[in-house]
Amino acid sequence: MSETPISQQEGLLPGSAGARDPASAAPALEHGDLSPAPTRARSSFWSIFQTPWVRAIAPLVFVVIIGLIFSASGTFLRWGTHRDMLRQVSVTGILACGMTLVIITGGIDLAVGSVLGFCAVLFSLLSIHRDWSPWGAIPLVLLAGSALGLLAGGLIARFKMQAFIATLAMMVFARGLAKSISGGQKVSGAVLNPDGSYKYVELPRIFGTLDHKILGENVAVVTIIFLACVALCWVLLARLRWGRYLYATGGNEEAARLSGIPTNRVKLLAYGMSGLLSAVAGICQAVQEQQGDPEAGSTYELSAIAIVVMGGTNLNGGRGGMLFTLVGAMTIGYLEKILSINAVSEASRLMLTGGIIVAAVLFQKVRK
Amino acid sequence: MTGETATAARVEMGAPLLSMAGISKSFTGVPVLRDVSFDLLPGEAHVLAGENGAGKSTLIKIAAGVHTEYEGQLVLYGRPTRFTSPHDATAQGISVIHQEMSLIDAMTVVDNMFLGRELTRKASARQWTDRPAQLRKAREFCAQLDLDIDLSQPVENYSLSIKNRIEIAKALAFNARIMVMDEPTSALAEPEVDRLFGLIGQLKERGCGIIYITHRLEEIYRIADRITVLRDGRHIGTAAARDLPEAELIRWMIGRELSEHFPERKTALGAERLRIEGLSVPDAGAASTGITRWLVQDVALSVRAGEIVGIAGLQGSGNSELLRGIFGAYGKLEHGKVSIDGKPFDVHSPRRSVRQGLAYLTSDRKGTGLVLGLDIAQNITLASLQAVSPAGWLSRSKERQVAERHVRALSIRSTGTTQEVATLSGGNQQKVALAKWIETQPRVLLLDEPTRGVDVGAKHEIYELMNEWTRAGFAILMITSEMPELLGLCDRIVVMHRGRVSAQFSRAEATQERILKAAMADMAA
Repeated sequence: MSETPISQQEGLLPGSAGARDPASAAPALEHGDLSPAPTRARSSFWSIFQTPWVRAIAPLVFVVIIGLIFSASGTFLRWGTHRDMLRQVSVTGILACGMTLVIITGGIDLAVGSVLGFCAVLFSLLSIHRDWSPWGAIPLVLLAGSALGLLAGGLIARFKMQAFIATLAMMVFARGLAKSISGGQKVSGAVLNPDGSYKYVELPRIFGTLDHKILGENVAVVTIIFLACVALCWVLLARLRWGRYLYATGGNEEAARLSGIPTNRVKLLAYGMSGLLSAVAGICQAVQEQQGDPEAGSTYELSAIAIVVMGGTNLNGGRGGMLFTLVGAMTIGYLEKILSINAVSEASRLMLTGGIIVAAVLFQKVRK
Repeated sequence: MTGETATAARVEMGAPLLSMAGISKSFTGVPVLRDVSFDLLPGEAHVLAGENGAGKSTLIKIAAGVHTEYEGQLVLYGRPTRFTSPHDATAQGISVIHQEMSLIDAMTVVDNMFLGRELTRKASARQWTDRPAQLRKAREFCAQLDLDIDLSQPVENYSLSIKNRIEIAKALAFNARIMVMDEPTSALAEPEVDRLFGLIGQLKERGCGIIYITHRLEEIYRIADRITVLRDGRHIGTAAARDLPEAELIRWMIGRELSEHFPERKTALGAERLRIEGLSVPDAGAASTGITRWLVQDVALSVRAGEIVGIAGLQGSGNSELLRGIFGAYGKLEHGKVSIDGKPFDVHSPRRSVRQGLAYLTSDRKGTGLVLGLDIAQNITLASLQAVSPAGWLSRSKERQVAERHVRALSIRSTGTTQEVATLSGGNQQKVALAKWIETQPRVLLLDEPTRGVDVGAKHEIYELMNEWTRAGFAILMITSEMPELLGLCDRIVVMHRGRVSAQFSRAEATQERILKAAMADMAA
């Protein structure tokens, strides 16, 4: 069944180009001129996919078309479905923002999931059990996340440790830290008394505020936070001097260093930002789950990498961008949403997601 | 031609092990070897001489099976042969003792010696290496070379000189009859060199033939039975070492026609801009072995405003390392003093050097010069981003203005300032790299091979630009391996040999002979 949309899509595009825009398709498409026609048509068709933008958006368009076809009797057409997709992809999306910065410098950050878990626990602990106001708790949690990111970045920049190793160590360490401060328990409104009984406390208002939908119940607050993170990172990458430093360091570290770019501080910035954004994601995760789970966010680092790669940012560094990551997040989000509204089993969903990531990346590699 | 008599004199030694005839080879249309002939007799050390870029390494790579596409004939032990791969050449008895070691540091001496040709117990169990047999064999070869070391230690535990001998033992283990040694002494101290030469004597007695490349005159006459000289990819001649006096050898090596026209240079020299005293750079790579080796040793020179000083030197002379050292690419300078315009210059890091008015064009523009994934404008502003990003915000329009100004001034041919530099031609890439440094408004420009891999038209444009910049008061210190550039462009020429300055010439004093002699001989400055 799944061949239908693919063949339809392929059949549609070149045909419509020939029909609607005969001028640009030129005489090569005329009948009778048989031999050059197919090659010309094909090369102009493929040349559309030479621009990174089209290559990034094409998988998203493809997934949305699938969604329109398998709309689960109209569920896909309702705004609520899209709102939920955006909400569900927000946490890993925020991680993917930081991941994009790191990957552009030519590195990788495996610690984001664990730092998220630690920050979720820390935030819940401070605001539920210690009655901290959000004005104190949020900055402290953000600071803690940044510190862990900077620590990993320091190992990479100062001691020339491989990013994979340094952040792998941080991933294990931060998970341990999360379990240590929580005592291995989920931190929720049920507080364990010394005598073994539970006391139930009301969750602070901040939990409700952040896990809320605004604008007439149309957009979740975490989605707004996600989009704000995208905007923040976009400004950094596209508009600030340090963003250019990130690209140059990832593109050719030695050339950047010899041009007077402080490559070590550039790496600190990338991993520090990744830690900061992991903390933001951790807070969002805590308010969504209404608790701080020390196991929260495990394997999220892989989802974040998948989003970045899906968007077309190259793992070799030096290329890519924030808007690609936004597109990647939406592609993965829609994919999962479509599979779930069509009640595809989790086993098939995982296998399909894996296959589609491979297909999307292969597609982006296609060059003439 | 010139070699006829020499060959006749040695004919009693037997037929050549290797003979190459009419070898031609080009890279992307540029010929690097033209109709070159070369032969190697058993029991001789045959020195291959020539300046940088003469075609020596290309010839060697053909003999070692690295380049398999070429014109001409290669006859090995009397049979016409065409190697299919380096492995094939090794299997047929040709071993290359590399300048940069080809040993795998983390593996043991034994494993290195049999790498790719492991001994196996029997044919039916090919996957199982016969370790005891390997160890026995390895001991045997090492004993022959007086090499008394623990063979089960990783290679990284040994000094360069031991590694050198391990490589030779490895070649013996491979039954090599032809050994190619490319500057094997560049990293060795004098007693170790004697040892190596003793070893070469032994190898000759066994009937091995040795192709030896060196840039040291003294060494050539110590080791060579015959000498073949290449120049600009052509075979200039082959002669017995005793029939080829030093002066004649140098004449063979140079003789490059100075046909290129250089723009007329009216030099108006200003005050001293750059001054270097007692600068030395230790080899960080050799530090682990406990021996201090110097890449650059005790160099003193100065450049005045408006002056172009050229640094000549053959491979391994330390000239690139000198520029890197001045620029702070190795970090803080431990030995020596640098000053610019009379004020002490803090050699600390490239970042600080750029801020203090120093610019450094590397010789490898793709590897260390440009960020290929960024566009023209982004590369041009890379070293001076502060100027186009007030308060940290990049101003796209300012950046574009800066880039367009340079694109016009340097006539960089492109589709626009947003073209990726990876898609530019070599000459235009080089101009982008130069523009990056000019934009920093440096007081001193360090240029390492500014015209390497650049077409003739762009070369001339770069010469014109250099004249223009010196008129504006920049001081230029540049490395070039092109003799015509040294003689036609530079006001003064500093020659380096093995990390030291071996001679300095004014433009009037300089001749090709003098420069090459100073670049090859250990002599006082």
